[in-house]
Amino acid sequence: MEDRIYEKYFRQHRLPHIWCPGCGNGIVMKAIVEAVEKQKLNRDNTVIVSGIGCSSRASGYMDFDTLHTAHGRAIPFATGIKLANPKLNVIVITGDGDCTAIGGNHFIHGARRNVDLTVVLFNNSIYGMTGGQASPMTPVHKKATTAPYGSVDRPFDACHLAEAAGAAYVARSTAFHVQHLTDMIAGGIARDGFSFIEAVVQCPTAYGRKNKMADPAQMMMWMRDNAVMKAAWDKLPTDKRDEKFPIGVFYQHEFTEYGKAYNEVIEMAQGGKK
Amino acid sequence: MKAEIFLKSERCKGCGICVAFCPKKVLAIDALGRCSIVNPDECIACGQCELRCPDYAIFVDKKKVAK
Amino acid sequence: MTDMKLMQGNEACAAGAIAAGVRFFGGYPITPSTEIAETMAKDLPAVGGHFIQMEDEIGGMGVVLGAALAGQKVLTATSGPGFSLKQELIGYAACAEIPVVIVDVQRVGPSTGQPTSPSQGDVMQARWGTHGDHPMIVLSPWSVRETFDATVMAVNYAERFRTPVILLMDEIVGHLRENVQLPEQEKIDVYTRRQPTKTREQGYQPYKPEADLVPNPAAFGTGYRIHVTGLVHDYTGFPSGSPAVTEEFIDRLHKKIAIAQDEITHYDEFFMEDAEYAVVSYGGVARTAYEAVQQARRQGIKVGMVRLMTIWPFADKVIEKIAGKVKSILVPELNYGQLVNEIKRAANGQCEVKLLAKYNTEIFTPEEILSEIEKLQGGSK
Repeated sequence: MEDRIYEKYFRQHRLPHIWCPGCGNGIVMKAIVEAVEKQKLNRDNTVIVSGIGCSSRASGYMDFDTLHTAHGRAIPFATGIKLANPKLNVIVITGDGDCTAIGGNHFIHGARRNVDLTVVLFNNSIYGMTGGQASPMTPVHKKATTAPYGSVDRPFDACHLAEAAGAAYVARSTAFHVQHLTDMIAGGIARDGFSFIEAVVQCPTAYGRKNKMADPAQMMMWMRDNAVMKAAWDKLPTDKRDEKFPIGVFYQHEFTEYGKAYNEVIEMAQGGKK
Repeated sequence: MKAEIFLKSERCKGCGICVAFCPKKVLAIDALGRCSIVNPDECIACGQCELRCPDYAIFVDKKKVAK
Repeated sequence: MTDMKLMQGNEACAAGAIAAGVRFFGGYPITPSTEIAETMAKDLPAVGGHFIQMEDEIGGMGVVLGAALAGQKVLTATSGPGFSLKQELIGYAACAEIPVVIVDVQRVGPSTGQPTSPSQGDVMQARWGTHGDHPMIVLSPWSVRETFDATVMAVNYAERFRTPVILLMDEIVGHLRENVQLPEQEKIDVYTRRQPTKTREQGYQPYKPEADLVPNPAAFGTGYRIHVTGLVHDYTGFPSGSPAVTEEFIDRLHKKIAIAQDEITHYDEFFMEDAEYAVVSYGGVARTAYEAVQQARRQGIKVGMVRLMTIWPFADKVIEKIAGKVKSILVPELNYGQLVNEIKRAANGQCEVKLLAKYNTEIFTPEEILSEIEKLQGGSK
């Protein structure tokens, strides 16, 4: 067998991972290391920072400097790492609960502040680690252990949120669209600023089983059938959108990266620039 | 056979994603709930299984043709 | 020595931090600690460091821990309500052994309480605020000049023991202005964080302790590819569910501080040689107690004083010793009675231990403490 480049980025002795059969997290983890390879990042200058939850267990399997923080707090830790040592490439792995519930404030302020981070949100629509409670991204009417009659909470669109909060790069893809997902993440890494990529993943165990979609392959086919490339989505009449959702790069903009802006503060404080 | 398929069975959790996305029905879940190669000759080395395997348990190499 | 300067306690804290090598501050504005953040915002970039105002107290804690993992010396500052919010990640720092100094300039609580009024109400929270078993180093200065030294010491201890250190200030000292003469930089004892002594190839284990029970996790970006987690972990840094690993881990966290306790315990004794009574005090209150003790001495009362600078780990031996010498110990505290219970425990019934509590936003007057000292003479024994 030929060597696989992505395999060299995993801590082989930690595999197999803890994720359930059919969980999409492993696919996204692979897409991240493929994107790292694609962007030719120096591995020893790359740090993976995660929060708490299923998604955030990824850091333990990835052979970089890795940090498994507290629930919702990955972005502040990542901000400190990047500012303290700007030569580091910092990739944040988070989940829908981690990022948009308990970490919501850090998320929007991270986007506003625009430190050069690449944030990949594994969206499985549920709290998987704790057994299937509703998250702020659980779609309306879908069931969860804490929404046994179907959720009535309106969900966040994390991409809209990131864009409105000032992110420099916003994209979405799915665990079905592996190469596209890799490209979306690579694009985020390339952008000098706060990049946000939502990766839609299947959770057959905690989400699918409660919502008539227990088969992981069936969940991925749902992604195949309902994800629409942004250009096509923009032309799609509202009444035809139904369960469909857009994927692709939604937004990118050049803002001054925070660390570079702060370098000017240092210069002023040291009496250089007025 | 256009391809060589390698299984790391110790990683396979038997989710069936590879089976579902194989266009040539090369793969099946065996009686013990793991992926097995049932029609190796049909494999066209499209790599759909490897691409979407969440457990990095299946690998497909295109067979090198001797020149 | 440097020139004499009129300085506030909070400013001395910021100056001490920079002198100790702190180059990263993250925080959130809160009275009465805000001047620390403001001074850092002005002075840190001047030495090439970073100041960042975060979205909340938790973010302020997270950002400094990230910077510490990337190799920087870090500090954050807050007051009661923020201290409550920071507890989550103070526990993270204890578990993942990340050097960090958290300054808590105490104010009256609970909750929003009395925002600008002095208090010593966070003494037990400083020790036990975050969940689970963990040790804590807590220092409480009593003057502007000592705030500078205590901050340097706090940074050194955080780096050396790889642990969170709380600088427990109070509004009295935080907002006090005194003429101070700071030491020259070369004269300041600054600890440099230990680096790994082995390479990956030599079997380096980031959380394997040295003889002093402190491990040497490498800074991010130095090629070691380590894993850091708030889960209980073994020497490799990876999570472990093993009862044996868990027991050894929690044991080691405590012991690395316990074996150095004598060195960490800082206190002053005044007029204790022939003392029949003692006042035990700390922080801003100790200033008033000192005046009261001097007045009592002028009246011929044989009273001495012990001023604790190290609050935690608690100075058991010091208190046990003096409790064996005196008839009574008076403990004035700007709270409902917190450290007094530790003093009672350490005194172990050898003498009477009496609380003088105040929690109405006002500081003690020397007369209030003097009057209690006078009453001790008619006390038991």
